[in-house]
Amino acid sequence: MKPMMPMGRLTRLAQPGHFMRWSGALLPWVAGLALVLLAVGQYLTWFVAPPDYQQGETVRIMYIHVPAAWMAVFFYGAMAVSALGTLIWRHPLADVAQRAAAPIGAAFTLICLVTGSLWGKPMWGTYWVWDARLTSMLVLFLIYCGLLALWRTIEDPNRAARAVAILTLVGAVNLPIIKFSVNWWSTLHQPASILRMGGPTIHPTMLYPLLVMIAAASVLGIALHLQAMRTEILRRRVRTLAILEAERLDAALLAPQAA
Amino acid sequence: MDLGPHAAFILGAYGFTALVILGLVAHALLDRRAQERALARLAQEPRKQESSRGRR
Repeated sequence: MKPMMPMGRLTRLAQPGHFMRWSGALLPWVAGLALVLLAVGQYLTWFVAPPDYQQGETVRIMYIHVPAAWMAVFFYGAMAVSALGTLIWRHPLADVAQRAAAPIGAAFTLICLVTGSLWGKPMWGTYWVWDARLTSMLVLFLIYCGLLALWRTIEDPNRAARAVAILTLVGAVNLPIIKFSVNWWSTLHQPASILRMGGPTIHPTMLYPLLVMIAAASVLGIALHLQAMRTEILRRRVRTLAILEAERLDAALLAPQAA
Repeated sequence: MDLGPHAAFILGAYGFTALVILGLVAHALLDRRAQERALARLAQEPRKQESSRGRR
């Protein structure tokens, strides 16, 4: 029975009531850590990292573009795991986590697309090309938008949760396409330079500031996600109470007629 | 710091990112406040109606 303990504890922590308690205590610390990491990352970006020998100062866009790309993919991955939680275990917090992650993931994807475009113009001579990496990132953004629209279209949260979970899993096929697009097809976008066989190809003076910015974006994303999940739980409580209130008013109106 | 001939692209990228991040933070805080207010209003509603019925 002992090996089951961590799973049992995990399940208990994922109960909405428990989640509200521990996330409320944790959130200020996570937000504070995100601010500290962002401050350190920005200092390293602007005052320590050198200009690139080919790209010059334009390489500084990398310190926001790469973390944004990472967060865009990370949040979609988190949503795919949550979708499994909704479909297999029907855990109430899984749909809450998914619903809260979508706008944040979409925002980071938009940042990735816009900063990439602003980096591409001076380096490639164009804001946009329909190559595999850029197109698959645009598809990710459209999937995020589609999921957000689907939630708004279906009024019943349970039906919406299942439909969104299925669509999220279908869309997850795009994640390996994004990652390996630069290897599978000839693209204008450079190949992987951090997560690759044989180690990173970036010089340490640029790699460490980039890693700090990736950590800062990750912690900031987690803080925003925790806050959004807490708000989503409140929104569902509001919805339940509003329905109960409407039913109570209906009953109060019908009671004198019945008498 | 001299950002060279592409300064507008660099500053534009950072400016846009700051705008989106600030928007996310502001939305998170405002949405939270809106839900808390709605919850407080709904929690008070039955009590208000009971007290007005009692007065009648």
